[in-house]
Amino acid sequence: MGELVWAGDPEGGAPFVQADPADPSHLEGLDVEIADLLARRLGRTPRFINITFTSIEQSIVRGDADIGLSGFEDTPVRRTTLATTIPYYEFREVLSVRTSDADRFRTLADLRGRSVATLGGTIAYEILLRSESSLGLTAVTYDDDLHPYSDLLLGRVDAVLLDNVLADRRRRAMPGFTVQPNTVAVGHYVGILARPSSALRDQVNDLMLGAMRDGSLERILRRWNVWNDDQPRLYERLMAGEPVAAVSGFDALPAVPSRSEAARRYWPSLVRASGVTLLLSCLAMGLAVVLGSLIATGRVYGSRLTRGALSAYVELMRGTPILLQLFVLYYGLAAAIRLPAFAAALLGLALNYAAYESEIYRGALEAVPIGQLEAARALGLSERQVLTLVRGPQAFRLALAPMTNDFVALLKDSSLVSVLTVLELTKQTQIFATNVGSWVVPGALCATLYLAMSLPLAALARSLERRWKTSTV
Amino acid sequence: MEDLDGMNPVVLQLVGVHLLRGSRPIVSGLSLTASRGERLAIMGPSGSGKTTVLRAIAALEPFQSGQIVVDGVVLDGGRAPTPAALRALRRRVGLVFQFHYLFEHLTVLENVCLAPVHVHGLAGADAARRAHDLLGLLGVDHRAGALPRELSGGEAQRVAIARALAVDPPLLLMDEPTASLDSARREELGDLLKQLVVQGRTLVIATHDEEFARAHATAIIRIAPPTDITVTATRIGSDANRDL
Repeated sequence: MGELVWAGDPEGGAPFVQADPADPSHLEGLDVEIADLLARRLGRTPRFINITFTSIEQSIVRGDADIGLSGFEDTPVRRTTLATTIPYYEFREVLSVRTSDADRFRTLADLRGRSVATLGGTIAYEILLRSESSLGLTAVTYDDDLHPYSDLLLGRVDAVLLDNVLADRRRRAMPGFTVQPNTVAVGHYVGILARPSSALRDQVNDLMLGAMRDGSLERILRRWNVWNDDQPRLYERLMAGEPVAAVSGFDALPAVPSRSEAARRYWPSLVRASGVTLLLSCLAMGLAVVLGSLIATGRVYGSRLTRGALSAYVELMRGTPILLQLFVLYYGLAAAIRLPAFAAALLGLALNYAAYESEIYRGALEAVPIGQLEAARALGLSERQVLTLVRGPQAFRLALAPMTNDFVALLKDSSLVSVLTVLELTKQTQIFATNVGSWVVPGALCATLYLAMSLPLAALARSLERRWKTSTV
Repeated sequence: MEDLDGMNPVVLQLVGVHLLRGSRPIVSGLSLTASRGERLAIMGPSGSGKTTVLRAIAALEPFQSGQIVVDGVVLDGGRAPTPAALRALRRRVGLVFQFHYLFEHLTVLENVCLAPVHVHGLAGADAARRAHDLLGLLGVDHRAGALPRELSGGEAQRVAIARALAVDPPLLLMDEPTASLDSARREELGDLLKQLVVQGRTLVIATHDEEFARAHATAIIRIAPPTDITVTATRIGSDANRDL
């Protein structure tokens, strides 16, 4: 008996795929049950592979799994680049607002000049992007569907646009926001397969129609509390062989552009995102250099207590993932300090890199020959002057090459701040790739832009190093 | 302070200086005096503590007991000098290291101007003018814009002398000044030292170069490693050279 390898992301959680709270090694959810049902009726054994949501499509194309089931939205792009199944669920894109704003923010049109959150790479995000120009609102993108709602309650955004399934599950857990009754758009969940697997897709479609007919799909959806009156209407149309549009209720999403057309269309936003990356990296590095110098000075000249405290800071920052630090800064401390996303990103990168810079400067300060310091002291310079006029400048020359390396590393690490909703180059590329259904062109453009930023830096470092090489004792 | 002859004021006086590094004695009971205009050579074999004596006079090396007096500023053994005493001392003592230790990141002119501007508060232009004069006197003004790594050994030494003299200290200490010089350069240096003394300055030179000391010093102090003999300093006296 063969296997049906299916891909999903348990981070998506219930009702789609989640680790069973009673037994975390066991998965449950409506997509799990649908996968089991399909495998059973295909005469195969279901085997789950855990893949990050944003990578599942690429994984399917690569052939890592036969089918992806994890609440995938039906979109014109997916219909073109993948083999999508018939929809098994119809959802509505709905607007959630703080309960106190329920009367004034009823539709997207009421949100001019406001920030509206959603998951990146979704139909809702496409809708918001187009509303940025037509309605004058700002789209804020997240990697998960929990933080849009927590930031809504914190006041960082004024509304969340997501489908009713996600909105309902958050409303049950987080009081304080209202889901508006108006439907912004209607969409569907589908299974996704690679284009060469269209024969398997056709089999799956027949099995899904069968499950609609015999009520087994309804039973699954009822078990997960997502069954509603929209589903029987959808199933009737499907069983009657009527075509179902990927998205309705909103102006049709743009058809899939050609690669050159897509590149032309996305280039300005990639360049803008590069600007964010460059600005963020420059500011963060500047701050890291200042903080790192202070930490290094404290570690070389400070009292035992100061040295101990600074060493602990350096070890903490170097010993924990920067991603965790960013999360703590932005979400963890939100109850006490509500930092704007860019400020939190800047601070997070700077605090982390300051630890690394301080180690470079400490090493460089200690590498300045004692003779240079004694010559300065013998001339009557105070210890502070010895540091600022002789030791510091000489250490700076020693530190320059490793500092430049760190700056290039920071330029790339800055992509991590997309978890804080900052739309920088990598995140913009990911959105681009999701929307065109391929990484080839977006990846090439993204790499070009990163290289355009990092190569001049590397060249600058080499030339400074050459200039100062023999002057460092 | 007057010396024994009552002629020239005593600029430097060491009284019973003991200096240990860890438990190892480096200098034991050294006493000496140097008067204004004197060129005193401290001689002794390697490891006899010549350099250490200079460093102690410049307050770069703590000593355990005895007293060092430089132009009225008193350093007591076993006690760290007060910041005020340290400031006063360093206005009075210039030190030329054996390896010069020019500031590698600064040009020759900047090396010479550093202390006048940042320690003595001289305006940059005034300091630069004086630095040029001094570099001219030492024959290296044409190298004012060079970095230390671009200088020859002899040039670097002259720049180091200019840097030490830039704040016009009454006492100039030089550590092994002839170590990296050929014989012609040694003669030039000897002439230069005479000129400096004509300006009323006192020189103390640590050297193991017997020939140079006999030719150019007005007095020689010989010290031996403290383990060899108990009383380590013997003043040969300012007449010593005349006897040769």
